[in-house]
Amino acid sequence: MGDSAEDWVGGAVPRLEDAALLSGNARFIDDLSPLPGIRHVALLRSPYPHARIREIDTRAALELPGVIGILTGSDIAELTDPLVSAVRAPVAYYPIAVDKVRYAGEPVALVAAEDRYIAEDATELIACDFEPLPAVVDPLAALSKEAPILHEAADGNLIHEREFTYGDPATAFSRAAEVIKLGWRYPRQSSTPMETYGAIAHYETAPDRYSVWSNFQGPFILQPLMARALRILGNQLRLISAPYSGGSFGIKQGLYPYLVLLAAASRLLGCPLKWTEDRLEHLSGSSSASDRADAIEAAFDDEGQLIGLRYDNCVNVGAYVRAPEPASVYRMHAASNGCYKVRDIGVWNRLVTTNKTPIGLNRGYGGPQFYFGLERAMDTAARRMEIDPAELRRRNFISGDTFPYEAPAGAIYDSGDYAKGLDLLLEIAGYEDLKICRDQARASGRAFGIGFGAGVEPSGSNMAYVTLAQTPEERAKAGGRSGGTAVANVTIDPTGAVTVRLDSTPAGQGHETVAAQVVADTLGMRPEQIRVVSALDTEGGNWSLASGNYANRFASIVVGAIAESAGRIASKLRAVAGDMLEVAMEDVELADGRARIVGVPDSGIAIGRVAAATHWHPAGLPDGMSPGLHETALLNPDVLNAPDGADRVASAVTFGFLCDLAAVEIERETGRVLIHRYASVHDVGRVLNPIIVEGQIRGGFAHGFGAAMFEELSYDDDGNFLSGTFADYLCPTSADLPALDFAHSRTDSPANPLGSKGMGDGSSMLTPVVMANAVADALGRDDVELPLTLNKVWQMANEGSET
Amino acid sequence: MKPAPFEYCRPETLDEAVGLLAEFGDEALVMAGGLSLGALLNMRMVRPEAVIDINSLSVLDAIEMVGDEVRTGALARQADALASPICGVALPLLIAGLGHVGHYQTRSRGTLCGSVAHADPSAETALCLATLGGDVELTSTRGVRRMPVGEFILGALATAREGDEMVTALYWPGAIPGMRVAFEEISERHGDFAIVAAAAWAAPLESGWRYGFGLGGVEDKPLALRGDIVPVVESTEQAVGEVFDAIALNLSPMSDQRASADYRRHLAEHLGKQVLQSVFEGVAT
Repeated sequence: MGDSAEDWVGGAVPRLEDAALLSGNARFIDDLSPLPGIRHVALLRSPYPHARIREIDTRAALELPGVIGILTGSDIAELTDPLVSAVRAPVAYYPIAVDKVRYAGEPVALVAAEDRYIAEDATELIACDFEPLPAVVDPLAALSKEAPILHEAADGNLIHEREFTYGDPATAFSRAAEVIKLGWRYPRQSSTPMETYGAIAHYETAPDRYSVWSNFQGPFILQPLMARALRILGNQLRLISAPYSGGSFGIKQGLYPYLVLLAAASRLLGCPLKWTEDRLEHLSGSSSASDRADAIEAAFDDEGQLIGLRYDNCVNVGAYVRAPEPASVYRMHAASNGCYKVRDIGVWNRLVTTNKTPIGLNRGYGGPQFYFGLERAMDTAARRMEIDPAELRRRNFISGDTFPYEAPAGAIYDSGDYAKGLDLLLEIAGYEDLKICRDQARASGRAFGIGFGAGVEPSGSNMAYVTLAQTPEERAKAGGRSGGTAVANVTIDPTGAVTVRLDSTPAGQGHETVAAQVVADTLGMRPEQIRVVSALDTEGGNWSLASGNYANRFASIVVGAIAESAGRIASKLRAVAGDMLEVAMEDVELADGRARIVGVPDSGIAIGRVAAATHWHPAGLPDGMSPGLHETALLNPDVLNAPDGADRVASAVTFGFLCDLAAVEIERETGRVLIHRYASVHDVGRVLNPIIVEGQIRGGFAHGFGAAMFEELSYDDDGNFLSGTFADYLCPTSADLPALDFAHSRTDSPANPLGSKGMGDGSSMLTPVVMANAVADALGRDDVELPLTLNKVWQMANEGSET
Repeated sequence: MKPAPFEYCRPETLDEAVGLLAEFGDEALVMAGGLSLGALLNMRMVRPEAVIDINSLSVLDAIEMVGDEVRTGALARQADALASPICGVALPLLIAGLGHVGHYQTRSRGTLCGSVAHADPSAETALCLATLGGDVELTSTRGVRRMPVGEFILGALATAREGDEMVTALYWPGAIPGMRVAFEEISERHGDFAIVAAAAWAAPLESGWRYGFGLGGVEDKPLALRGDIVPVVESTEQAVGEVFDAIALNLSPMSDQRASADYRRHLAEHLGKQVLQSVFEGVAT
């Protein structure tokens, strides 16, 4: 079924999650009612992008029958401290506006009522006296001296700035034969999961503690941050995941300020509170990917070797710095060379506050913005230097015989063969034929273009990479930070049933299925015999700071912890069985549900019986063996060290690879972009389950294609939000997606015992720039920006080129 | 995203429904498919005192031939029209237009009358009705009246419906022998409201052509023109040019976040001439 006849791993095992999902039995946060007496919360949100709050009069609202209570920023600020981040600027971030509102959609008041309808009715009765202030939404405009300042305690809107140098970029640029310079705006976007935020918070006294049910996805490094904001210890804040989560893509990281808000409100109002974010709130106020005003310079020698890079990253963080920001600009930092050999690199990072929603994790996190620069520069250079863009990349790829490869900014690329992947791409895309099509189309005046992209996909994050936001001296003073620990627990109970507990809080990716495959292989059982519990409860202790569902963590790190804990169970089973069968444990194998003597298929004992013995008859176990079958593995990949004094850091555990090609034709009359071919080749290491990997590739492509063609969270110049519904923020439906041809080019990862690499982000990172490259090629111009909406493409196709 | 409080009424007869309208007047809104109204309610962009759900009035779901016209009742869904043999034969333009309306799932709820009553400037159904020169039937306790759709739709989301009236049917002129139709639109995604939509039909007269031509999404309501062309024109291109110019000379296209006035003007010409060319070519001998 799998990679070898005996393996489940690698096989197309149908998803164990789907029966509940398809039969309507999956329970999401909004389905839960864990306590009696839950009241329902609606939030009054600011209509202004920037305003001082003079007064909030809640008297009329409090008189509405069914209203339990109303809280404002000053109530919450008395009970909590601001939420902190790795940025040291004096930017106080409370989960509800205290003195000023700084983005349209910022919570201003919390209403608890008998039901959500009444709560919403009451928000309309709250009289808020705002003093509107000038707003700024553009990151470069926010840097000007005249710009309104969001946080008066900070010296302007530039709240973080660092420059990095690796190698000697100045010399590289001085000897360049060709320098490509590009500048662009990257639009603000969202991954728009089908299910929005939801939480139920409950405060109890004697002992004082908070329990919060939610669809929070981690990282659980935010749990101590939440506890700190609530002025309590970690064990006084219990976080419980809903059994199912309806998609996340990073966004549900940004739920945590609301958990603090609801927890504090539950305490102040003396009742459990439930809040389900609606779609209007989600689009305006939850979390978005950063818009940026970036520039790149790429230096090439006359052979087309990329010899130097300079990045100018200007990140619009929105109104507040919400942890783990500024991670979005540091996620790709250690891999600033992409998949190329270039070693002389300069990076200038600036973070700017503006009157937009705070940014946070969204699928691809920092990758789409990063690759837009690097891969636009590669295609632009290819056209300028008249080198085939595939060939230009091939010349610059890190060679397949140099892995593991230490990138100039510290990333350790585990494995790869990029040239082999590119060859496969050209083959499946039919590149030679596409070039003929392009020649023929151009000969008859049509706008046909081919765009490329290639990149690495970092997976399994080092929790310390975000501390690059601090100088080496600041880091030394703060104390060491490193790691990305995964926790997995496997038990076999007295009835012989196997349970696996995960710390990866999946949101639909199929972690349960793959975990069952891994454990089934290790224990000689079938996946459907393994029960996988993925709903995390911090009170169970089965978690670490790194726990959660982000940065493709599952297939890069978590599977290793699962294999480790299952392996310990297997060893114990074999030892006990060997004792029972009177053979050495080395002569016992686990297969077909039995512990049997190697090479004697009909021998042995059912695993359930061996397991039962460890529970029912500990005295009968071999000397010194502990009773029961409970194994928890905490696994931290060795490579995830602290950043060094030269700002180098191994930012992730595995580095997958992907390369894409898009062939498009543009209808000049309408601006329509017709996609002739979209092909994508991925190296995800060993494919643990091809059904799930395919789903991730297709989903990532859909996100990337939407970002390329349709999606933008728009604001007008005054800061008013213009994309508040799905009629304004356009996500692709299945009817809008072109066919995707994909293939795997596998190099196994040495970073975990399974050989897999993290995956799922890749296509969302690369597709936007590949589409931009194809349109740029079709129109012969360098100034292509996203999204490639009809009006914009029509205009570009019918006005003078600015190449 | 919860509606403000309202009274929910689900009348069992048409008399009861118009009786409720007479009682509530402007303070009531009629719900058929609910695709537009549901969102408006939830966003509190409308705050009716009562919502009159007409989904129990099965008498309103008929699609029938009445003389030379097709009458589609207030509960005739877009999917019903697409599946109806009557529409298939008599209303090829509507069938062509409905392919652009929403998706399979939404078409099973959305009604033809609801779309016209909502009067979105870029809606396909109203554009088809205007291009064909159809009528809207309005019913109240005061009686039943018919008016041309061009008079019914006053502007974006504005109609000539009185507060106590409901749209009970649309009357569609049936196809005439030799009729050709064409419908084209540009939208950002499949199933979205059009940025610009163009509809045309033509049928041969003994001498010359009878035609209809309409543009949606350009101004705040569908623009439509019908007439005869006698064969003094030299060519199809000339006919296309004359008909298009008759509408387009005074166009003042909308401009919004999605599309500039210039882009709409360009699309109006591109798509408009495309559909006219298609229908005139088809009936030219």
